[in-house]
Amino acid sequence: MESTVLKIENFSAGFGGIEVVRNVSLAFERNRITAIMGPSGCGKTTLIRCINRMHELVPGAGFSGKILLDNENIYDTEPIIVRRKIGMVFQRPNPFPTMSIYDNVVAGYNLNGLRIPKGDKDRIVEESLQKAALWGEVKDSLHRKGTFLSGGQQQRLCIARALAMYPEILLLDEPTSALDPKATAHIEELVVQLKDTVTIIQVTHNIPQAARISDFTAFLYLGELVEYGPTEKLFTVPKDKRTEQYLTGKFG
Amino acid sequence: MSEDRVQRRIVVDRFLKGLVVTLSFVVILPMFFILYFIVRNGISVIDWTFLTHLPKPMGEAGGGISNAIIGSTMLILVSCLISVPIGTFAGVYLSEYRKGRFPYFSRLSLEILQGIPSIVIGIIAYVWIVVPMGSFSALSGGIALGIMMLPVIVTSTEETLRLIPDTLKEASLALGVPYPRTILKVILPAGLSGIVTGIILGIARIAGETAPLLFTAFGSPFMNLNILKPVNSLPLLVFNYATSPYPEWHALAWGACFVLIVFILSLNIIARTVTRRWKVQF
Repeated sequence: MESTVLKIENFSAGFGGIEVVRNVSLAFERNRITAIMGPSGCGKTTLIRCINRMHELVPGAGFSGKILLDNENIYDTEPIIVRRKIGMVFQRPNPFPTMSIYDNVVAGYNLNGLRIPKGDKDRIVEESLQKAALWGEVKDSLHRKGTFLSGGQQQRLCIARALAMYPEILLLDEPTSALDPKATAHIEELVVQLKDTVTIIQVTHNIPQAARISDFTAFLYLGELVEYGPTEKLFTVPKDKRTEQYLTGKFG
Repeated sequence: MSEDRVQRRIVVDRFLKGLVVTLSFVVILPMFFILYFIVRNGISVIDWTFLTHLPKPMGEAGGGISNAIIGSTMLILVSCLISVPIGTFAGVYLSEYRKGRFPYFSRLSLEILQGIPSIVIGIIAYVWIVVPMGSFSALSGGIALGIMMLPVIVTSTEETLRLIPDTLKEASLALGVPYPRTILKVILPAGLSGIVTGIILGIARIAGETAPLLFTAFGSPFMNLNILKPVNSLPLLVFNYATSPYPEWHALAWGACFVLIVFILSLNIIARTVTRRWKVQF
């Protein structure tokens, strides 16, 4: 049974009066991977940055519409609470350079001043690194700086850091665009495994990647939602002409 | 091109190269001469008594500069207490709010403040603090030096923090960390080496200042630990003793110069070490 966890209703967003996302409505299913794809500048990154209220941090940013998480508008909730429930991983790996691998994973607790017993911390670190498929590689060097890791490992560390907060939704903003093909394959595998525990919304401009890993795909073009549906359907029998053209490489 | 002209080019090239190297060498000469001169004149007076005893009355040989060392330390502490918190927080503000009328005006004011002659700052501190309080004091001297140090600290903090990538701030905010905590726990630690370096260079800059202290800390031949009373400082002692007619005091002045120079050189070396060792890799 599918159940909707997040609903975007008539949502528009932009910068300094220029709309980048136009009247988008979308519903995301629990424990599924939804890919948001589209050519550069189509507003896909802006859209997912609205989902955890990061968009509004940019000076001049504006938005209208509703985003409902479990039927509650996230714009009526404190952004700090929203961001703890909806984790995010960025394009470039950004581990905290002053912290060890261990401290990076529990950074969400430490930085927020949430005190938890050492034993629980150890458990969260191991569990999160296991989920992010990084535990085996770093279990003997947990107290080294996170920035010593390779790019792909750093990105998995960032995923572990987000998972450590036990979010309901994990937003991935082109998480593999700064990585080599091998690290990319590793992250893709990992994302597929993760959907049992968390709902994943991933932005990508890599068409094959969307086809490989996602259950649902949304195609965004010039800020508008052109088409949305199960990935298999959208890739094999696209309803909109623009989707077909994009998939066949006519533009993008 | 004819053979001749190529030859001429080669000669001119060599000449210019030689000139550049010679001039770069000339640039470093003054520093070595100053160091040599101060070491030659100062080192003979330096011993344990010199560092731990008070100056003797005029005409008597011996004596030390302990009051000036303690006085300088007090002045530096007071000025740091004032300028480090104000300076770092102002630096954070300016790096966070890069555009706008107020940040622009704030930066402009700092540039002007940096250009104000130190004697003027001394007079202002005299009018504002010494006159109302009715006494020369370490406090007024420390405030004058703190004002001089402020632009150095603000500028270095701002420049350091500007170099920290925004992605780091986003990483913290995306974990639900409130903005003030993000600044205190993520951004400031990442910029710590640059901020500390700025503070050390600020201290090095004010440690040798004399002019702002002439009407504030004033100088004193006695040991004083009360910040509301006049204190001696190394540069003040050098100024007072070097202009006196007594050769014994001249010797003390050379010794104090030596101590001052060693202190400032060490600060510069420490600042370089901090920059290198604490450097954060992004």
